[in-house]
Parts: sequence; C-alpha cells; structure tokens
Amino acid sequence: MEIVHPNSIDEALSEMGDGAVPLAGGTDLMVEVNFGHVRPEHVVGLRRVADLHEWDGPRIGAGVTWRRIETHGPKALAEAARTVGSPQIRNAGTIGGNLGTASPAGDGHPFLAAVDASIELTSAAARRTVTWSEFFTGVKETVRRPDELITAVHLPAELPERQCFGKIGIRNAMVIATVCAVVTRADDGKTTVALGSVAPTPVRATRAETMISSIANPTSSDLAEFQRLVSEEVRPITDHRSTEEYRRHGAGVLTRRLLERCLA
Amino acid sequence: MIIELTVNGEPVTARITNPGSLLDLLRDELGLPGSKNACEQGECGSCSIILDGELVCSCLVMAADAADSSVVTVEGVSPVDGLDPIQEAMHRGGAVQCGFCTPGIVVAAVDLFTRNPRPSRTQIKEALAGNICRCTGYGAIIRALETVATGAET
Repeated sequence: MEIVHPNSIDEALSEMGDGAVPLAGGTDLMVEVNFGHVRPEHVVGLRRVADLHEWDGPRIGAGVTWRRIETHGPKALAEAARTVGSPQIRNAGTIGGNLGTASPAGDGHPFLAAVDASIELTSAAARRTVTWSEFFTGVKETVRRPDELITAVHLPAELPERQCFGKIGIRNAMVIATVCAVVTRADDGKTTVALGSVAPTPVRATRAETMISSIANPTSSDLAEFQRLVSEEVRPITDHRSTEEYRRHGAGVLTRRLLERCLA
Repeated sequence: MIIELTVNGEPVTARITNPGSLLDLLRDELGLPGSKNACEQGECGSCSIILDGELVCSCLVMAADAADSSVVTVEGVSPVDGLDPIQEAMHRGGAVQCGFCTPGIVVAAVDLFTRNPRPSRTQIKEALAGNICRCTGYGAIIRALETVATGAET
C-alpha cells in the first residue's frame, strides 16, 4: 500500500488513473476498508490540497467539509449539512466526497438537483463541467473517469430565496435518509422539487413542479394534488431501511410540508 | 512506508503496511487503548479523537493519511496529575455506566468546550449526537456536562 499527499491539484491529478483511489474525508472509504470490502493499493490523499478547500461564492471546492457548509452554506444546503452524520462525520466528510460516493441517500444531493448545480471534473488533460443529472448514472455510479477528480461544485449565481430541506429517518441524528428532499420557490412561483433515497439517483419531481409553479396561491386541494403527484413520480424500492410504500408516501408528505414552509 | 506524526504532544514514528485505520494504529501499535473500537463505521463515536484541531472518528481516518498530523486522544486530555474538569464532572455526576463510550464522550466534550465554554443543554446534546451510549446513560452525562457549562463544579 502506498499513499501520496499532493499539495496542489496538478500534483494530485498526475497521480490519478486506473487503480488510484482518491481519499477525502474517509468517512465512506474507510468503512469499506474496515469491513474488508476494498483494499486500496494506491491512495491519493487529498486533505492537503489547499485548492480543494477554496470556496468562492457559487463555486464550492470539493474538499469543503459539511461542517463549513453547515455554518456558511445557502439555507437549504446548510440545513442538509446539519443532518449529515454527526459532528465527527461533518468535520471530516466533504461535499466532493459525498458526490464521489454518489449514494442514493446522499444528503447533499437534493439541493444540488433542486438548484440545477453542476459538478466540475478535472483530469491532467482537461476540465469539464457536467450537470447534476448527467453526473449521477446509477447507485454509487457517476460519469467520473479514473483519471479525474471531482474538483468543485458550481451553484447558480442567483438562488431562490425560499428553499427548504427536510429528511425522514428513524432518528434525529446520525441517520441515513429514508427520504430526503429540497423544495425551492421563486417569487414568480417557479418551484423545484428534488428528492433523495427514492430512486437510484437524486430525482426531480417535474410533473409536480409544473403543476404547482403555475399556481400563485395554492389551496389545500392544490397542495394535496402536489403531494399525490410527487408520490406518483418517485421510484423507490423496498430495502432494509424502509419499504417502497412508506418512501412513496413519505416523499409526498415531506415535499408538501417543505412547500408549505416555502409559501409561509 | 514510515510516517511521522504527533500524538498527545509527543513525536511518533510508525510503519504503515496497509490501508488500516488510525484507531488500529493507536490501539495496536502505539499502546493507546483509550480510544475504543466498536462499530468501525463512524456510527458510535467511541473512537473519537482530535485530528489537527477537528473532532473526528479515528476509525475513519486512514493511518497513512495521518502523516505529519497532530493527534489528541483521551489519554492526552487530562493533566499529568489528575483529571480534566470534564472528566471530574462526569466522575462526580455518575455519568459513567459500563464506561465503554466514556473516552469518546470525554473527547467530544473537550472539543465542545474548547469551541464554546458555555454551551446550552441543546448544544451539549447536538455536540454528543455522534456518541452512542448503549447503557442509555445520556441523562447523567448531559447533567454532568451542564455543571461544567454553568461552572457549578469549579
């Protein structure tokens, strides 16, 4: 086993390629190591790459920790950050690592989907930016190639003022989402609804968005229809954490409540 | 490979042959068994340490990645002759049952009080959200830490 500790992105990129395992906060990778699921031979430790810690307005460096996002992020992303693991996990785990793992339950993903964020991928040869929907391709699968690093997340310059994150789980802390979601609403009524843990990748409930965006002052029957559409659109599964039925129901109830908070 | 790091203020050299955790290095190689090994997935907090000033789970730190870092374990929290005020308060308040979670709670509490010397009850609970006590002795733990927060014991 060997580990390298590059100090710059260029140095880090020169180490990437087949077999190279990038290590950010370690909160996902080390679980796999501890349980004997992976045994990386060539580790690229990213903790010392100062460029990855930079956060310049809408460009969040991949190495920014959830702790920093919890205290400095846009409202709904900060709310999501506060529910990531525990203080110990948030001090180590990063937004880039969350994307690299690409768990369907990643708490940061719904916000990125709701505001149409992009992911910056860099190799020694080139830099490209992909939309969140291009980035996620399946359960823990992304378009990142072995020679690329996730270097940053790009948010739009203007974010909707009304934005809320919510999460359903079996405890208040240290819990993997049964359903998590972000709802945003702009002054002109344009509403976005993004969910995690209800499909192989984060998803937008586009039919529900279209329906509610055209209504300036939704009535309770509009909200009920919105909830029904969200429940219908998601594609959850039954697993050890919950059932398809519960997640489908929870997705509708949670997003309706988040919408009500945005409207309040 | 050989790494150098600082543990509880002392320079340490360690030979690394695998991608194992800093927790294993501390316990098995460096003779510091205070950090406990329970879940190995960052869920329980019993292996909490302070790495370069940040509270983390040592089971989720790759030992090789701790090269040139500064580590404080529960062994490094108390003064040579006695207990840290947090340990003193937990001792007095009966905030220890089986004791397995105690080192991690002490380290998490040290981190909390370093950042916020007067935490509220809610802030104490949030700061300990990553530390599980399977005896469920949270009430006494939180009450003991509240006495530190209010200065009642000092």
